[in-house]
Amino acid sequence: MNPVVLPRSLFIALGLLLALALLLSLALGPVSLPLLDTCKAALRLLGLPVAGDGLEQAELIIGQIRMPRTLLGLAVGAVLALSGVAMQGLFRNPLADPGLVGVSSGAALGAAIAIVGGASLGGLPDAIAPYLLSASAFAGGLVVTALVYRLGSRNGQTSVSTMLLAGIALTALAGAVIGLFTYLADDATLRTLTFWNLGSLNGASYTRLWPLLVVTIGVGLWLPKRAKALNALLLGESEARHLGFDVERVKRELVFCTALGVGAAVAAAGMIGFIGLVVPHLVRLLVGPDHRVLLPASALAGAALLLFADVVARLVLAPAELPIGIVTALIGAPFFLYLLLRGRA
Amino acid sequence: MLRADNLAVQRGDKQVLADIDLSLQPGEVFGVLGPNGAGKSTLLDALSGELRPSQGQVTLDGRPLASWTGPERAQRLAILPQTSTLNFAFRVEDVVGMGRLPHATGRVRDLEIIAEALAAADAGHLAGRNYLELSGGERQRVHLARVLAQLWPGAKGQTLLLDEPTSMLDPLHQHTTLQATRAIAQSGVAVLVILHDLNLAARYCDRVLLLQNGRPHALGTPHEVLQAEPLQAVFDLEVLVQRHPERGHPLIIAR
Repeated sequence: MNPVVLPRSLFIALGLLLALALLLSLALGPVSLPLLDTCKAALRLLGLPVAGDGLEQAELIIGQIRMPRTLLGLAVGAVLALSGVAMQGLFRNPLADPGLVGVSSGAALGAAIAIVGGASLGGLPDAIAPYLLSASAFAGGLVVTALVYRLGSRNGQTSVSTMLLAGIALTALAGAVIGLFTYLADDATLRTLTFWNLGSLNGASYTRLWPLLVVTIGVGLWLPKRAKALNALLLGESEARHLGFDVERVKRELVFCTALGVGAAVAAAGMIGFIGLVVPHLVRLLVGPDHRVLLPASALAGAALLLFADVVARLVLAPAELPIGIVTALIGAPFFLYLLLRGRA
Repeated sequence: MLRADNLAVQRGDKQVLADIDLSLQPGEVFGVLGPNGAGKSTLLDALSGELRPSQGQVTLDGRPLASWTGPERAQRLAILPQTSTLNFAFRVEDVVGMGRLPHATGRVRDLEIIAEALAAADAGHLAGRNYLELSGGERQRVHLARVLAQLWPGAKGQTLLLDEPTSMLDPLHQHTTLQATRAIAQSGVAVLVILHDLNLAARYCDRVLLLQNGRPHALGTPHEVLQAEPLQAVFDLEVLVQRHPERGHPLIIAR
């Protein structure tokens, strides 16, 4: 399975794919807009002087609803894919997932605490509830990841396999606590909890978007600086040390970036699986494992794939909406099985 | 120059390495021999800074190993481990190119070096292949090319540590591999190589260290060390030592 595409061709293809995904995400929904109107309205919203007669409705829909939702999908997809690359590099396993270090389950636990805690206090004021939920999810992700990291460290050395096992144990523990909350929750709370666990870009707003956008840009700028170290790390930790890299520091940075990225993504859009697993894998099949290409290409592909999944989630049951986590799992799980079986053949 | 003074390593209560004094001379190939579990790989780990010695210290160019910055050290000291766990579909040149990561010699020069190092490891024909599709012996030669590229073209003051570089190779490539290490030693690099084949050590090494239970049993030229008595003592193997009819180095034959 030699790489089949040149990096430049891949970047061009992914750029076009992402542009198409952005356009469809802005155009399609309960009220579908003509593509030309969508382009014009989007450009007008960006402040460009485009003639805009009769585009008031389009501008309203795009500006208020679809633009934040699209940007949210873009950021979530990109940051989940980047985190997936970081984890697969850290664990030197192409089947590793950003959830491995416990960040997803920690974030889910944080959110569950906020949802159930809020409900048991007789409901939080609407003004702060969404922020509290996001902040709590983010904090939950960071706390569990920090705990996993501490459990995996001894004498200043981090054992990746111990971290992996600690991540599995804490994920199970968090799952049990979430299960307990689910059992205790009343019907309305249960519904919120379930929807949140399935992930959704619904109800995106600029206020929910900004923190994630900042984190995504930060992670997206930082990780490529460590591309060479990630390449060396694939040889093995001591080999990377012998090539002059500060391996302990690189590992810390990778875990921190992942915790930050996945924590922020889960806080903004709930649990969305498989993007972080499948996207880097797919890109690696196309251009090979060099992280200098893999990182930016995965960010583009992750963003495009998530936007397409969201368009599907909006359209299949329109006017109702499918949680996007279901869509990504429905696509991702069979693909993952295909990869496993192909590897065995 | 890599130097170990009174080096000892403890694992739990067990002394796995002790009384190691050695300094690798520029241009020499230094062989380490000993039965399984004698502490050969432990010695290599201690020399490369992977294991913290319980006693003594390792210095590179007179400075303690830990005081070097990563890239500075990597430009002077390259290590080939016994096996590699690389499990990603890099091209062969990309694997060898990782040896150039500590350097900033530029892409053009790096590509030349990669080609030369691959040729030196007799793996030039593997260029362009997917690493995962190679056999164990081919992979071992690619990693040899990688550590050669890390020090290429070789200079005085550099050190190369090799842990059983011939373990998976056919007879021809056991010789080409050791010829490649001799060639890089010629440029001034000090080479330490762990070997199991006594005759390869006899032919290619300038000095040989015989390890037993983590302690040096004998250290000297192959003529001095590869004698029937020390080999019997260390390996518990009865051997005849003859003179190689053409090359004159010791030829060891099991009785």
